[in-house]
Amino acid sequence: MSKGSMVMQDGSLALKPGYADHAADALRDLHQTGDAVFVDVEPHHEPASLIQLGFWIYLMSDCLLFSGLFATYAVLHGHTAGGPTPSQLFDLPYTLTETMFLLFSSFTCGLATLAMNADKKNATLGWLAVTFVLGLGFVIMEVHEFVGMVAIGATAGRSAFLSCFFTLVGTHGLHVTCGLIFMAVMMAAVAKKGLTATNRARLNCMMLFWHFLDIIWVGVFSLVYLSGVVH
Amino acid sequence: MFGKLTLSAIPYTNPIIMFGVGLLALVILSTLGAITYFRKWKYLWTEWLTSVDHKKIGIMYLILAGLMLLRGFADAIMMRTQQALSYGSNMGYLPPGHFDQIFTAHGTIMIFFMAMPFIIGLMNCIVPLQIGARDVAFPLMNNLSLWLTAAGAMLVNVSLAIGNFSRTGWLAYPPLSELHYSPGVGVDYYIWALQVAGVGTTLSGVNFITTILKMRAPGMKMMRMPVFTWTSLIANVLIVAAFPILTVTLGLLAMDRYVGTHFFTNALGGDPMMYVNLIWIWGHPEVYILILPLFGVYGEIVPTFSGKRLFGYTSMVYATVAIGLLSLLVWLHHFFTMGNSPGVNAFFGISTMFIAIPTGVKVFNWMLTMYRGRIRLETPMLWTIAFLITFTIGGMSGMLLAEPPADFVLHNSLFLIAHFHNVIIGGVVFGVFAGLSYWAPKILGFKLNDTLGRAAFWCWVVGFYVAFMPLYVLGFMGATRRMDHYNVPAWHPLFVVAWVGAVIIFAGIILQVAQVVVSIRQREQNRDLTGDPWNGRTLEWALPSPAPAYNFARTPVVRDRDAFWEMKQRGVELKSSTFVPIHMPRNKATGFIIGGFSFLLAFGMIWHIWWLAAICLAGVLGTLIRHAFDDDRDYYLGADEVRRTEDLHGRVQARSV
Amino acid sequence: MNVANETVAGHGPHGEHGRHGPTHKQYITGFALAIILTAIPFALVIGHVVSDVLLVIAVCAAAQIIVHVVYFLHLDRSEEQRWNRMALLYVVIMVGIVLGGSLWIMYNLNHNMMPGVMHYKVWK
Repeated sequence: MSKGSMVMQDGSLALKPGYADHAADALRDLHQTGDAVFVDVEPHHEPASLIQLGFWIYLMSDCLLFSGLFATYAVLHGHTAGGPTPSQLFDLPYTLTETMFLLFSSFTCGLATLAMNADKKNATLGWLAVTFVLGLGFVIMEVHEFVGMVAIGATAGRSAFLSCFFTLVGTHGLHVTCGLIFMAVMMAAVAKKGLTATNRARLNCMMLFWHFLDIIWVGVFSLVYLSGVVH
Repeated sequence: MFGKLTLSAIPYTNPIIMFGVGLLALVILSTLGAITYFRKWKYLWTEWLTSVDHKKIGIMYLILAGLMLLRGFADAIMMRTQQALSYGSNMGYLPPGHFDQIFTAHGTIMIFFMAMPFIIGLMNCIVPLQIGARDVAFPLMNNLSLWLTAAGAMLVNVSLAIGNFSRTGWLAYPPLSELHYSPGVGVDYYIWALQVAGVGTTLSGVNFITTILKMRAPGMKMMRMPVFTWTSLIANVLIVAAFPILTVTLGLLAMDRYVGTHFFTNALGGDPMMYVNLIWIWGHPEVYILILPLFGVYGEIVPTFSGKRLFGYTSMVYATVAIGLLSLLVWLHHFFTMGNSPGVNAFFGISTMFIAIPTGVKVFNWMLTMYRGRIRLETPMLWTIAFLITFTIGGMSGMLLAEPPADFVLHNSLFLIAHFHNVIIGGVVFGVFAGLSYWAPKILGFKLNDTLGRAAFWCWVVGFYVAFMPLYVLGFMGATRRMDHYNVPAWHPLFVVAWVGAVIIFAGIILQVAQVVVSIRQREQNRDLTGDPWNGRTLEWALPSPAPAYNFARTPVVRDRDAFWEMKQRGVELKSSTFVPIHMPRNKATGFIIGGFSFLLAFGMIWHIWWLAAICLAGVLGTLIRHAFDDDRDYYLGADEVRRTEDLHGRVQARSV
Repeated sequence: MNVANETVAGHGPHGEHGRHGPTHKQYITGFALAIILTAIPFALVIGHVVSDVLLVIAVCAAAQIIVHVVYFLHLDRSEEQRWNRMALLYVVIMVGIVLGGSLWIMYNLNHNMMPGVMHYKVWK
């Protein structure tokens, strides 16, 4: 832009994480150009990488939220207070089907990422729709499981174990529901405006969120369902 | 229709509360009236409430914190007065139920709505300037954080007029906080106020970590960051780690109260101790979230007013990181007495004592920075010296409490109260005042009145010692915390002395309010025309005071620690003759609207007005979705406009030389 | 927060992962591994095959989480993901502290304070 100052506007800049990390490059060039005091960094090159890190940190904090729930479950899961025990309640094949719904949705979500990176709008929307249906299937199955438990008197108020069970699994389900809303909004945005840079950055966040929920489910399936039936 | 809410929820039969409500209403109404009279609504809305400028958001945080300091102190002096009176046959002037609400509100307000907004306000005002950034990473989210915090603060204060507040103490231990023992709305106010504000704080943490990691000026490597930025970074890392645990803990308590689960009840397998365990996993890092940024403030003030580089910068950084990690491993020392095995108690006792090592490193670094420096005893430096002495005393009483056997004697006594006020007032509050007097010229554009500032300083320091040293003695004499009445003759004189101390602090607060008023009135004669009133060392002083909306017209290149000092040494000309257009975020109402919905959502949940809660939840979601489709979010400030702003500053600076 | 479309569009259609973005192969590998690591503990639990099945469940869960992080979240050793890796490491430590600490503390507390109410024994 202006003469005598560093104008960094080559496309590679957006790939780099932040100002300070390419400081070494900047300074090396500055020695060649004399004692420049200023650098005109175009700030709008940065947000995609900012959003990516910011969202990642949010996911980490969400992970700790779940760690609190997992810890509570781990401590209180034996407190059945004479009520139903895990092995009486859980139907492993049913839960395995739920797991498969979520795992397949994670895979199709990945295919949506690939379609987005290949700049195929319709394929992206298509895979997102498949992911949505699979995710919705998971939520419906979970609600069905909960309704069945409540019907036989295994309510959240029956024992500390059931309180923990419903809260941990329910919080995950609530996250999946939020993920579905996020996905629906993004599908509308992509349909309306196409794969713009903003939409790409947000889709990347949404996909991270979706894969993250699958990771949490690995913990739920292992600690709650599988271990519960072993006891 | 209105759930549990009826007209009888307003405590109009209680003259003390109604006096407080009346006072509050008077202040609010006169403020609203003044805004209307001076026709400032549009200005307030477009320039402040919807602002995404970190400097304005920071100032709003500071105002919130200042108001809450007044509210929290009113609670404090009421408690001191009650305990000075309520001895023997005299029952004092506060009934027990009211006294319990006051000590709960005092703790909750002072930690969540005084200390937290103060430190987040300071970070907002200063961190982006110190690292040469345009703004924080997510400016609109920053605005949202502010309004969520403000919504939480509003909820606590609304409980004064509608319903009542929690009577359980500031951490709401079950089973007392369970529905069976606390059937009213008090605990619900507590839960929802903290949940709403806690979400805001977590978002702030995400925002500042991203800002500090990604938006530093070229050349500012991690080990060249100013210490305040470093300590803010670690504090925000702790926020992101700890606040989700608070959210879970309060969420589970809310489940117990609303859905009838049995997490922390005494029935059907619930375990109240699990709550204590969880809340302190958050609670202990929280005290370091409060103190670490202020360690950074002292780390900026001491070198500036000693005219020297900070002694041991590297050890300072590692000490900060070490404190951050250790603070996650000590939480059990808050419940040594609850029956754990000796091995567990010993582990947590020793890990607690370990924290003294990095903290000691810091204290020595500050002292060695001063050693052989040309010390200028300006107000920020006075607060810093008072901090060094007071905080060290508080730290030593903390070491005593870290011994499990000693803790069995002192747990829940006034010794504990003296200890944590010793470190929180001596560390956090003094640090906030030090930081405010140091950065006031940068934030507001003018220095604060010096005479009143010094007078307030002496009142605070003397008042603090008079108010809290007797509590150490009372603790050894067996006085427990949270008493509304006692019968021991030997205690009474000491409680009266403590009350005198509170009155002296009150004088300090009055002087500070006067200081703010007088400083605003004298702003022209105290205006900072240079941008660098203290001969500063870090980048914020390279900017005019107050900084323009875009901060640096062109991003400075950093070549060393104390970047601005190094530039001054080299004789760098910081004025540029060429300018480029600047990319700016637009002000948006989104944050304010979501904050408003969150407030009403919480209010609906507290009073079981389910339709209101449902509508507001939909409102929050709808606002977010609407925002997602809003493309009009940014604009360019033209190069000419930047030149005009910079030239204006240039003239001012020329006049001052 | 907004990204001006034209500037980033200049980087080509691949967006920010353009240079070494994820591939079909990665997703298929990750998916296959995840299925296997779900199937193993499931089969063992259903079939009551081995006695130390809890250990197998834990190992498979940990392995599957790593598979997800590598193949689905694409966390790698590149410079631009440095802070992501640091954040994840920190969170793993924190989760360890929260889970391990809570279990240790609460187990000891129950052992000392409620010796008769060790619930495991009651219903096992």
